[in-house]
Amino acid sequence: MHLKGTEILLKVLEEEKVDILFGYPGGAVLDIYDQIFKSNLKHILVRHEQGAVHAADGYARATGRVGVCLVTSGPGATNAVTGIATANMDSIPLVVFTGQVPTGLIGNDAFQECDITGITRPCTKHNFLVRNVEELASTIKEAFHIARSGRPGPVLVDLPKNVMAASTDYDPEKVTFRNYETPYKPAPKKMAHVLDLLHRAKRPLIMTGGGVILGHAAAELTHLARKYEIPVTGTLMGLGSFPGSDPLWLGMLGMHGTYYANMAISHCDLMLAVGVRFDDRVTGTIETFAPDAKIVHIDIDPSSINKNVTVDLPIIGDAQSVLKDLLRFLEEHHYEQEAESRQVWIAEIEQWRKKVPLTYCQNSEVIKPQFVIETLYRITQGDALITTEVGQNQMWTAQFFHFNQPNSFISSGGLGTMGFGLPAALGVKCAFPDRLVVDIAGDGSIQMNIQELATAAQYNLAAKVVLLNNGYLGMVRQWQELFYEKRYSHTDMTYAPDFVKLAEAFGVVGLRATKPDEVERTLREGLSIDRPVLMDFRVSREECVYPMVHPGESITQMALGTREMIN
Amino acid sequence: MEKKTHIFSILVHNKPDVLARIAGALGGKGYNIDSLCVNTTTQNDISKIVMTTAGSSAIINRIINQLQRLVDVISVDDLTNVESVHREMLMVRLNLTPQNTEAIKKAIEMNKWKVLLSGDTYTIVEITGDKTQIDFSLARLEPLGIVDITRTGLIALKLED
Repeated sequence: MHLKGTEILLKVLEEEKVDILFGYPGGAVLDIYDQIFKSNLKHILVRHEQGAVHAADGYARATGRVGVCLVTSGPGATNAVTGIATANMDSIPLVVFTGQVPTGLIGNDAFQECDITGITRPCTKHNFLVRNVEELASTIKEAFHIARSGRPGPVLVDLPKNVMAASTDYDPEKVTFRNYETPYKPAPKKMAHVLDLLHRAKRPLIMTGGGVILGHAAAELTHLARKYEIPVTGTLMGLGSFPGSDPLWLGMLGMHGTYYANMAISHCDLMLAVGVRFDDRVTGTIETFAPDAKIVHIDIDPSSINKNVTVDLPIIGDAQSVLKDLLRFLEEHHYEQEAESRQVWIAEIEQWRKKVPLTYCQNSEVIKPQFVIETLYRITQGDALITTEVGQNQMWTAQFFHFNQPNSFISSGGLGTMGFGLPAALGVKCAFPDRLVVDIAGDGSIQMNIQELATAAQYNLAAKVVLLNNGYLGMVRQWQELFYEKRYSHTDMTYAPDFVKLAEAFGVVGLRATKPDEVERTLREGLSIDRPVLMDFRVSREECVYPMVHPGESITQMALGTREMIN
Repeated sequence: MEKKTHIFSILVHNKPDVLARIAGALGGKGYNIDSLCVNTTTQNDISKIVMTTAGSSAIINRIINQLQRLVDVISVDDLTNVESVHREMLMVRLNLTPQNTEAIKKAIEMNKWKVLLSGDTYTIVEITGDKTQIDFSLARLEPLGIVDITRTGLIALKLED
């Protein structure tokens, strides 16, 4: 087949089973958009390129498939960078197509030219500048392969205008690319080591992370924990990889983790850490992190091993293969936990859970943000796909919504990108039009990509925004309260739009609740409307997220809010 | 922790920006490259990079891991503790004046330096050796009136696989 570059692009997208593209046109991608016009490919026109990448990212996190977006050269590409860096930090598979000026003009400071492969080199898994049409098909195929294989990540493909207009012979059979994947080989010696550690352990603990979700290993991890009665805590990215309603679940650990999860970390004598990278928000001071534990670290990326925490037994491999290998090994060797010591350990954790449960002070006059999330959980029974913005809204969601399924909590963990939640929710809604999709937002974050309400309205993407509106950049204000003697330097956001009117101006339903007794009614109404809805909850202004480990301290040193510090 | 110089022999796909990726992967994490030598191998599409860098063993491990994460990196070999031969090359241009010509000729003869090119007012000497030999030669050349020098990074080859 003799095809134009633009035709090859759409052909390969079809072969890669791409069913949706999030994008924004411009000069350098006019030819591609003309081809899209002639095709059946579903395209969502966002209102800002950052929104396109976050939407593709949300789609990828919810489906486990590669998210795809298309933006123009220059500012289109630079606008996408925050989205790309967000996906890179959380290892989300994306293919981002950027337009580029014709190859003859590259380096001339042409109109809307920028060196986007240079700019994104540190924040992509890999990137390509396609120099001629002959290498177009194999480069795109390779980009998809790199994005989804091994530790996933975003791959950028820069497409010069003349390359897309040129034509060449295209034969899908002949497209070849290198394979980078090194499949996991069973490691009986390491498994024997784990078995030995399990035999010796009196207080084992599983720490689950984003790698378990990305590696489709939630079922294996759940089986391991339940079969051998091992309590489980998780990182933010790990939420949903073990059922949040299971009695063995201790909630999130770390800076805003539960008291009992952090106490369990500090007292465990064996930690099975799966698909985690021991972020500083999780560990607190490294020296006091799991001081008594032998640490087994299962991760696909060798560069994660011994990066922050020195571990006793590293096992390199994808979480599913390693856990399957481990489960088989334990079964073959008839491993059984010592019931008595396990019960003592679990009882000890239950004491901590009783001593400091995850809670907040209810108020009959003012809406507590935690109450909104609790009510949302209660009336949906957890059957929803939740995205968040970044800050207090994100932490309260992690604490008070219980995630029973993997790929149901969608949040910018590593980079902490404000403005993520709304466009991500639209991407999720595109993937699952029949599921309930809710963005739990703050008034600061939502304003960073508020323009995407227009996208929601245009395509009737009936995602819901639950806005916890406290008129502050809440998390920064919390730090100012705790560490800067309440000098609220530029965190007061009282000067804000009327979000209900704003929603209506965009063609989105706007609802408001100002009193606790209006919360449930507002939520029920908002969720029942088959249109995008923004619900503005006027919540107590100076609520803090507790528990909180102060930065630079041990995770057992937790501020518990109205309670006293507990050591 | 004790810092030690390591020599890496890195095979990479010969792509336009592969060097930028390697430099970026290390520079972006705060690691320094002390010397660098890049050229194609017997296969035109594969290049070998010989790089020296210093760090504690933990840092060196991280550098290896960071390099291995790069899609265009085929293999990373640490030659530090294996038997290998090392060479650098130095070219030096010296100014010839009536006062120093004799001394320069004598030094070239004594040290068996190779003269690459000579004119009425200059001579260019080539010296190959390991780092110590080069440093030593440079010290001897210094008093003779160096105008310009250029020095390659280290290249190294293992004795056996």
